[in-house]
Amino acid sequence: MINYIIKRLVTSVITLFVVLTATFFLMHALPGGPFDNEKPLPPKIKANLEAKYGLNKPLYEQYVMYLKNLSRGDLGPTLKYEGRTVNEMIAYSFPASAKLGAVSIIFSLILGIYLGVVAALNQGKWQDRLVMVIATLGVTVPSFVIATLLMYVFSVKLRLLPSSGFAGPKYMILPALALSGYSLSFIARLTRSSLLDVIRQDYIRTAKAKGLSRNVVIYKHALRNALIPVVTYLGPLVAGVLTGSFVIEKIFAIPGLGREFVTSIGNRDFMLIMGTTIFYSTLLVVCNLIVDLLYAVIDPRIKLEA
Amino acid sequence: MLRKKAAKFLTLALTAVLSVSLFAGCAKSGKEGEKKAEQVIKYNLGSEPKTLDPALNSAVDGATVIVNTFVGLTRLDAKDQPVPGVAEKWDVSADGMTYKFYLRKDVKWSDGKPVTAKDFEYAWKRALAPETAAEYAYQLYYLKNAEAYNTGNGKAEDVGVKALDDYTLEVNLEYPTPYFLSLTAFPTYMPVRQDIVEKDKEKWATNPETYIGNGPFKLKEWKIKEALILEKNPNYFDAANVKLDRIEIRMIDDQNTALTSFQQGELDFIESPPTQQIPTLLSQGVAKKYPYLGTYFYVINLTDNADKIDAAAAKALKDVRVRKALTLAIDRKALIETVTKAGQQPATSFVPSGIIMADGKDFKNKDYYKAEGDVQEAKRLLAEAGYPDGKGFPKITVMYNTSAGHQNIAQAIQAMWKENLGIDVELANQEWKVFQSTRNKKEYLIARHGWIGDYNDPMTLLDMWTSKSGQNDAGYNNPEYDKKVDAAKRESDPVKRIQLLHEAEDILMNDMPIIPLYYYVNVVCMKDYVKDVHKSPLGFVYFDRAYVQK
Repeated sequence: MINYIIKRLVTSVITLFVVLTATFFLMHALPGGPFDNEKPLPPKIKANLEAKYGLNKPLYEQYVMYLKNLSRGDLGPTLKYEGRTVNEMIAYSFPASAKLGAVSIIFSLILGIYLGVVAALNQGKWQDRLVMVIATLGVTVPSFVIATLLMYVFSVKLRLLPSSGFAGPKYMILPALALSGYSLSFIARLTRSSLLDVIRQDYIRTAKAKGLSRNVVIYKHALRNALIPVVTYLGPLVAGVLTGSFVIEKIFAIPGLGREFVTSIGNRDFMLIMGTTIFYSTLLVVCNLIVDLLYAVIDPRIKLEA
Repeated sequence: MLRKKAAKFLTLALTAVLSVSLFAGCAKSGKEGEKKAEQVIKYNLGSEPKTLDPALNSAVDGATVIVNTFVGLTRLDAKDQPVPGVAEKWDVSADGMTYKFYLRKDVKWSDGKPVTAKDFEYAWKRALAPETAAEYAYQLYYLKNAEAYNTGNGKAEDVGVKALDDYTLEVNLEYPTPYFLSLTAFPTYMPVRQDIVEKDKEKWATNPETYIGNGPFKLKEWKIKEALILEKNPNYFDAANVKLDRIEIRMIDDQNTALTSFQQGELDFIESPPTQQIPTLLSQGVAKKYPYLGTYFYVINLTDNADKIDAAAAKALKDVRVRKALTLAIDRKALIETVTKAGQQPATSFVPSGIIMADGKDFKNKDYYKAEGDVQEAKRLLAEAGYPDGKGFPKITVMYNTSAGHQNIAQAIQAMWKENLGIDVELANQEWKVFQSTRNKKEYLIARHGWIGDYNDPMTLLDMWTSKSGQNDAGYNNPEYDKKVDAAKRESDPVKRIQLLHEAEDILMNDMPIIPLYYYVNVVCMKDYVKDVHKSPLGFVYFDRAYVQK
């Protein structure tokens, strides 16, 4: 187990290094720079700006410089927000995205698993069909449509919840719901099909034959195995929710990091592109590692070997 | 069994919640009418300002915060004419090159210290220092030797600004600049405090405690990407006339969300509502139009770079008759009525209306062509150029940056050219920054462009087409034009100057390196209880006289 973790950590570092190197050179290969605007700047003024941020140096020098700073944990200054560093922007923006993401994942898991179990246990009945209709809608309707709909109903018409901002728990409900639309539906479908699969297996029949109660059979024996695919999905889910929150953050005016991650590319904010990419890749690598470790906990048949 | 029932119940409950949301359309609310003793305006700025540092700012959103937290030597009145600000009076030399400003002695910073002439000298030289790397340093190039200093060819001491004593500021200019007193009200010309700035050069303007201004409001709180709270500044010299206690500025960048929040009553005042809603909002009286000093146009590549893209097309476009035919074949009235639909005005010149000159008249006094266009004349010109009914006309590509708005306009123009001239053009779009680079490097044939003035004078638009201008994306080069613009810059007689500027625009519109399409307009939504907010043609919003009457 320890060996496995060490091996995974080493490969993770290599992965991250490749990601950051590729991102660095790709983004500099893009035409257009951070100081290209509708009103072109006089060349000397642009030169002053490039000198200030070290963008006038040869690319490899900038790369080495970046690595040096990175090794000290310094992600550099943002070009879009004067006087703020990338570290500050992440520290300020990520908690909002994380909170939103966490609430949304909790929504997805609780509702998704619940709906999936209900559907599986009532296979072919109206409950099953209803859940599948909801799940199909959730997967096919894009989150910004769900967001706009939720906002229209709960903010404009019912005036129950605020339409924008991030000042407290009630501000989180609509964006989290909108964000969980896809994952909730996906989890519901996953749970349903996986549970249907499991309850037909021999060991469940054995458990039933032993005279165990239905609830014990379902919730202790069947569901535990049925959830393995859901756990597998957790890794990509976390990543998807965190990076996919861009649209939701924009619609509900949430000061999150997902928005920076996307808009920094349009702004050619080199430091912020690098910073958010490294940050998110690290997060993704760690999430995947945790998920892999979780398998072993849930399914004793899986052994992690180095 | 019990569990099964519970499960059934929960499923039903969920269904019920979902259905309620579908039938929810009819609810009404009566939250209006809560009287507040405090005078507060909730305003959506639309985006997080890049900076609030007067020297570094070059954006409209930042400028709006700066003009409410700082005051320059002059201020702009409700008609955008300069009136005394920190300076109570001034003398101008006969040649218009030297200004002597006499400062009020009762002006204080928000921390109570007096504002002196030295604060101005420091601020202006700081904005010009190459290491400050200010984008808008060129706004100060009117000062003697300013450009040399900013570009590393001169010294700070030689820059034409000097504090003669604490309350007298002498300014020497490169050429007479009739609009200089408007410039002194511009954000780049605001004073800043040397002690504060030098204590923390990077962060002084991000921290409410060190963001010391001398304007009607002061920064109370800055929640990144969320809100900026401005509070009345009791140390402002004209505080008696400031009625608002607080301005709550939000940064909602999604236009639909901002409008929803506005309609919900969470905001009192929002900028640019969603385009598709503007016609309705205008007809309901919810939205208001303000003039915006800018023109949306197409620019034509006249450089030799165009030959590399398509020699035949470049040859056609270098013929002024073709350019005129393209211009006249566009029905701008139809364009703004059926495509843009946000209250814009058809552009029949390059300089938009709304600039009041020294003679008290609007600079724009003529249409160079009819808003509806002139298809007959366009056809005649095209035939004369050797392409009767568009026969033999090479394929031209119109380039724009990716956006549905620009695309709709380009498609409409493509259709008009096809129908009226019988020529085919292709459309191509590029991502914003890629597009900037393409256009600036002149790797296009015809490209979309838009220009918003930096100051309230025709020069802000005409200067960009001189042959040496870095902003001349057409590569337009007419020595006659350069001469007129240069002469206008040096002319100290305001009436002669206006004449020269008109002559310059005549040349430009006769050569047509550009195809003006419409004049921009600022559309905002404001609750009717918000009074006396001023939105300038540069887009800045002034709250110093504003109040709320519920």
